[in-house]
Amino acid sequence: MPSVCFYFQVHQPLRLRHYTVFDKNDQYFDDNKNRSICRKVANKCYLPTNRLLLEMIRRFDGRFKIAYSVTGLLLEQLERYSPEVMSTFDALAETGCVEFLAETYYHSLSFLYSRNEFAEQINKHVEAIDYFFGQKPKIFRNTELIYNNDLAGLIESMGCFDAIITEGADHILGYRSPNFVYQPKGCNHLKLLLKNYSLSDDIAFRFSNRDWPQWPLTADKFARWVSNVNGNGNVVNLFMDYETFGEHQWEDTGIFDFMRHLPEEVLRHPDNDFKTPSEVIQSYGSADTVDVPHIISWADTERDLSAWLGNAMQSSAIHELYRIEKKIKNTKDEKIIGDWRKLQTSDHFYYMCTKYFADGDVHKYFNPYDSPYDSYINFMNVLDHLHKRCSGEMDEGAFCPAPGKGPPELLSGPASGIQNLPDLQPVE
Amino acid sequence: MLGWEFPPFISGGLGTACYGLTRAMDQLGMEVMFVLPKMVESEYATHVKLLTPDSRTSASFVKFNELKNVKFHAISSPLQPYSTPDTYQQRIEETLRHKQEILGGSISSASQLFISKDYSSDMYTEVHRYAAMAAELAENQQFDIVHAHDWMTYPAGIAVSAISRRPLVVHVHSTEFDRSGEHVNQMIYDIEREGMHRADKVITVSHFTRNIIIGRYGVSGDKVEVVYNGVERSGKWSSDETVIDKDEKIVLFLGRITMQKGPEYFLHAAKKVLELMDNVKFVMAGSGDLMHRAIEMAAELGIGHKVLFTGFLRGEDVQKIYKMADLYVMPSVSEPFGIAPLEALDNDVPVIISKQSGVSEVLVHALKVDFWDVDEIANKVIAVLKYPPLQMTLRSHGNFEVRRLRWKDAAARCGKIYEEMLVPV
Repeated sequence: MPSVCFYFQVHQPLRLRHYTVFDKNDQYFDDNKNRSICRKVANKCYLPTNRLLLEMIRRFDGRFKIAYSVTGLLLEQLERYSPEVMSTFDALAETGCVEFLAETYYHSLSFLYSRNEFAEQINKHVEAIDYFFGQKPKIFRNTELIYNNDLAGLIESMGCFDAIITEGADHILGYRSPNFVYQPKGCNHLKLLLKNYSLSDDIAFRFSNRDWPQWPLTADKFARWVSNVNGNGNVVNLFMDYETFGEHQWEDTGIFDFMRHLPEEVLRHPDNDFKTPSEVIQSYGSADTVDVPHIISWADTERDLSAWLGNAMQSSAIHELYRIEKKIKNTKDEKIIGDWRKLQTSDHFYYMCTKYFADGDVHKYFNPYDSPYDSYINFMNVLDHLHKRCSGEMDEGAFCPAPGKGPPELLSGPASGIQNLPDLQPVE
Repeated sequence: MLGWEFPPFISGGLGTACYGLTRAMDQLGMEVMFVLPKMVESEYATHVKLLTPDSRTSASFVKFNELKNVKFHAISSPLQPYSTPDTYQQRIEETLRHKQEILGGSISSASQLFISKDYSSDMYTEVHRYAAMAAELAENQQFDIVHAHDWMTYPAGIAVSAISRRPLVVHVHSTEFDRSGEHVNQMIYDIEREGMHRADKVITVSHFTRNIIIGRYGVSGDKVEVVYNGVERSGKWSSDETVIDKDEKIVLFLGRITMQKGPEYFLHAAKKVLELMDNVKFVMAGSGDLMHRAIEMAAELGIGHKVLFTGFLRGEDVQKIYKMADLYVMPSVSEPFGIAPLEALDNDVPVIISKQSGVSEVLVHALKVDFWDVDEIANKVIAVLKYPPLQMTLRSHGNFEVRRLRWKDAAARCGKIYEEMLVPV
């Protein structure tokens, strides 16, 4: 009896503005661009999909369930630019059929570079989810599903999570199927949920591909594939970017109609049901232990880190960023720390990827820069300026906020009051 | 094939292009007869045969060692693609008026103007003398296609095509708008326009130029094809050479110092860079009618001690300067193609190129700027000098990318265009 477990990743980075070596102010982010992209995606994806899924949950009276991981950066942007999306998320949370997962607030790669920063960002995200949706997340997913044994150990030691989510990569599973609950090697109680990338990508990537022999994908066909797991698995983990709906797959591909009919078709088979990740691990014991000594991710065909750290520019940028962590934190300046954290978003490094640059594929589509070189130059100029700010060696004429006078960063520490959230107030 | 320069007697990219193209055609087994206004005797011409119509009996057939399919015809004529100071110095008075227009009257006396920019009126006579001789020569030769490179050979192309009743291809490596901006020389424009309209096919070196041909010369788009240039691999590896550990970074401008190449943007960007960095030298390698002005401008900007002028460089000197350079900048105002950045990349020098160039259509691993955006040029220059990983990534990817741009592909494209033309419709 396969349970279908949907988890949607919901994230938008804060894009940098064009920042040259001659710029001397601390306005690093392109508010205009971020606002217009946030609103565009809200209208094309977040709003219609939230409404659709809400309708499905209500129609099936609690039998259709889903999970979200919404990054803190996006929550801030939605509050500012599209508060109506926040209210639909709120309505979803209130159905009791929607689980919210935890991740790093800034969608960062901090696990790889700073364990302290990593833990702080998770805590910050957990608090934000609790604040907005009244849930204490019990499931963790790391940025880009980056994972290894160490991560599992670290998450278990934090003591607040029941399971972790990652990619069901072939090379870690071997002959085993991703359609079971597993246990990370070296962990006692933490469970592992693995993405069924084949069925997930049928929706996320192949749905509108007319060269795909299975095109067009209909809800009943997909439900049949899910039912085929019967007898050879407990759960089908369908993990994908939320932007699949209406943004990666446009409305005219029929993606919304597909989702509208999918619950009905899946539930037509009496053995099938929908479960949230927490329900999955409560229902099914672990089938085996999975050993992942080397880092994996859900990216590209390589399932590794090369999309973010594959070339010399990417690795120098991220090393420089984390090298100044202590200096940044010593300033105790919330604005400086906040800017530094916003630079940690993995997208900034993704933009510097040269791997498929010449082929004009998916990497280019999501890239606000003309080239990875431009993105590196821009990022380094910003980082350089940030570094100067915390060293106090500001050039004359530069805007230099008095330490401590800056607006307090959202949920930056355990002591910060939820009521003081200037970052979350709509600016218009 | 009608051309007007060939290595080593080159003053710009045209000779390099003709050399690369004919060599690749030769390797593909296409027979090329190359007619030049000037005698070529050098290591470069080993794959071609030289002929002049004047001296049909004593035509200098250079022995070809490696290649057999290219014949070389040289017509003695002082014709040169880009006029040089010594050749046309006596024409200064005539061109002075024109110069003052361009430079906004900043040149006060004729004595300062020792380089002439304009093609002298005499050159039109040369163009037509070349045409007459080429036509005469064509009578005794067998060929299928007439292929003329740039305006000075268009009248010859038209004449040869008419006499031989063979189809005409004109190959546009640059236009009067690239060379002179809006101050076009009407006579040259007319020659260009006539050539393009009389031609059966027009080949341009980029879409950038194709758009100019369609927009400015009124040529119908369906007869204009784009064939990108390639780059001749130097094949020299410098791994055994000792790396020069120099305190100063070198930013290179290499090209004719003329309005088209945007030298003033290079200097203004240099000024900006020097405001933030000290250990940088800017080298301007090349000559041209704005060289004098550029030297003055560097001094006016107060960066004279940071800008070096080398004059025109050839052969080994070019290799040497590439070896020293950390970065190559091409801020061209209007560049039909631009082979030099490819050579720079081939020599492991990262490049910043103007978006107003054909080469920016084919290069991915290059930094691209609008030529007028000196802040952005300076921003990128500083980034390359400051961040070794950037320089490294640009260099390695760029070098790899250049290897895919081969003259062989350009020659094959031309071959295909010929074939289509020869098929009776």
